[in-house]
Amino acid sequence: MRTTPYLMSLPALALFAGVVVVPLAMTVLLSFHDWGQYKGIEPVFILKNWHEVLSDSYFHEMFGRTFRIAFCVTLLAALLGAPEAYILNRMKSPWRGLFLLVILGPLLISVVARTLGWALLFGGSSGLVNKALINLGLASSPLPFMFTETGVIVALTHVLMPYMVLAVWASLQRLDPQIENAAIALGAGPFTVLRRIVLPQVMPGILSGAVIVFALAASAFATPAIIGGRRLKVASTLAYDEFLNTLNWPLGAAVAVLLLVALVAIVWGTNRLVERRYAQVFA
Amino acid sequence: MAFLELENLSKAFGTYKAVDGLTLSVEKGEFVSLLGPSGCGKTTTLQMIAGFVEPSGGAIRLGGKDLLAVKPAKRGLGIVFQSYALFPHMTVAENVGFGLEMQGVAAAERMTRVGETLELVGLGAFTARFPRQLSGGQQQRVALARALVIRPQILLLDEPLSNLDAKLREGMQIELRQIQRTVGTTTILVTHDQAEAMALSDRIVVMNQGRAEQIAPPHEAYEKPATAFVANFLGKTNLVNGASVRPERIAFAASGLAGTVRTRIFQGNHWLYQVDTASGLVTVIRQNSGDAMPAEGDTVHLAWGAAS
Repeated sequence: MRTTPYLMSLPALALFAGVVVVPLAMTVLLSFHDWGQYKGIEPVFILKNWHEVLSDSYFHEMFGRTFRIAFCVTLLAALLGAPEAYILNRMKSPWRGLFLLVILGPLLISVVARTLGWALLFGGSSGLVNKALINLGLASSPLPFMFTETGVIVALTHVLMPYMVLAVWASLQRLDPQIENAAIALGAGPFTVLRRIVLPQVMPGILSGAVIVFALAASAFATPAIIGGRRLKVASTLAYDEFLNTLNWPLGAAVAVLLLVALVAIVWGTNRLVERRYAQVFA
Repeated sequence: MAFLELENLSKAFGTYKAVDGLTLSVEKGEFVSLLGPSGCGKTTTLQMIAGFVEPSGGAIRLGGKDLLAVKPAKRGLGIVFQSYALFPHMTVAENVGFGLEMQGVAAAERMTRVGETLELVGLGAFTARFPRQLSGGQQQRVALARALVIRPQILLLDEPLSNLDAKLREGMQIELRQIQRTVGTTTILVTHDQAEAMALSDRIVVMNQGRAEQIAPPHEAYEKPATAFVANFLGKTNLVNGASVRPERIAFAASGLAGTVRTRIFQGNHWLYQVDTASGLVTVIRQNSGDAMPAEGDTVHLAWGAAS
């Protein structure tokens, strides 16, 4: 029976269509509707929302901030996560498992809880770390953390780091265990081995980790909502506000769809680049 | 004084003695094989020479100097790994040139030497390829070229042919021997394949449980095995009335040890027999000369020369 495989995947397809495709299509459609303070949503086809999102400097700032934060988070995660994965990979058997758990453990805890932890440590003058710093005389006023880009970047990096470690770890596992010895025997010092032999081979892992972290950072909601609040909005919190506070659903939909399109373009482009760059080198 | 000397070399992992008091002298230009089953300590020995494993006792001297005092990166040894360990992100030429680059050889001279060495291993036309675009045999040659181009004092080969199929392996054995003769580099080969060790080496070190059972030229080790382990490991052997007799030395004769053919297996260039005799089961190998041979169930008489 030719149709059997299709029939068998029908429930999954129906679910996918029901919870992803249809709402997405409706959101796209919604972004072309009109909205007014007193008339509500009008199901017409206009470009008003898109024009506003694309021309108003307020939205430029918002999207600029979103991608700036995502970029910094990705960079930090790569700079910290790649060495972390390398060290982890070199650990001996009982420690390796233990520290892998330490690194991946936070994934089991809700993002909200982890972010609130940062808020408790640095939240204004009542934050634990801030209190300690002031009492020790190391700082005269609380460190600016809440409602700052730095705060959002630090908290997001912490939240998303495991994804980078996992991606780099996976590519380190594929490394020939003798390859470092081969380079050493040819006269390479430890730093040269890392830079010339190990790093180029885990680069695809770092890049795929970067794609994941960037996408998650740019679309993150809970962390910017808690640390950035209403004062420091990013695209996702902006869309949320348009939907639930201003009740301007069409404008919120335009923001959400623009974020989605931009992310898909960036992720797809990076993937193409990585694949083309490494196609002949790695299987 | 010998070129490379291992003196009472030992390595223990916890209570397990991987290498147990190995003493070996290798002359300049010699090809020596460390032969033994897995876990006999041959690879550990190689890694101690290379510097990747620290010995727990004993000494290694190269040209009269203490090699253990030299860092692995400064030993100047050429190593071919079982997995080849080629750098996948570098071209063939970059792989081979890496060692020269580390030595600070100028780019122009590097190119010349890389070209020469690749010609030597028959890969002159493949400089711009990446390792994964090459066959297993070709990758093996790149690994050999990469080890030879730095003009190493010693060439260490760690089961270099074990990832190749049988036919390619035989061809590479002949080629490897020719290349080694051409460049004259002192070579240590680690292998579990007795045919490979015998085909390539000037001398064989047969190892078992971390010890050298016998150190001798291949022919001598085969003809006069020092221990029962060596006799068994270097090809098939029969123990008849306490004496060790190679299967190919036994002939079917008019008189001699009487027996019944239990199994007869045809293997192309030879016949493999198992004969029930009063002294137990005896293995006999006879050349296939095209003549009629005894069949299963036949009564035969076995005879062999006193020399064996």
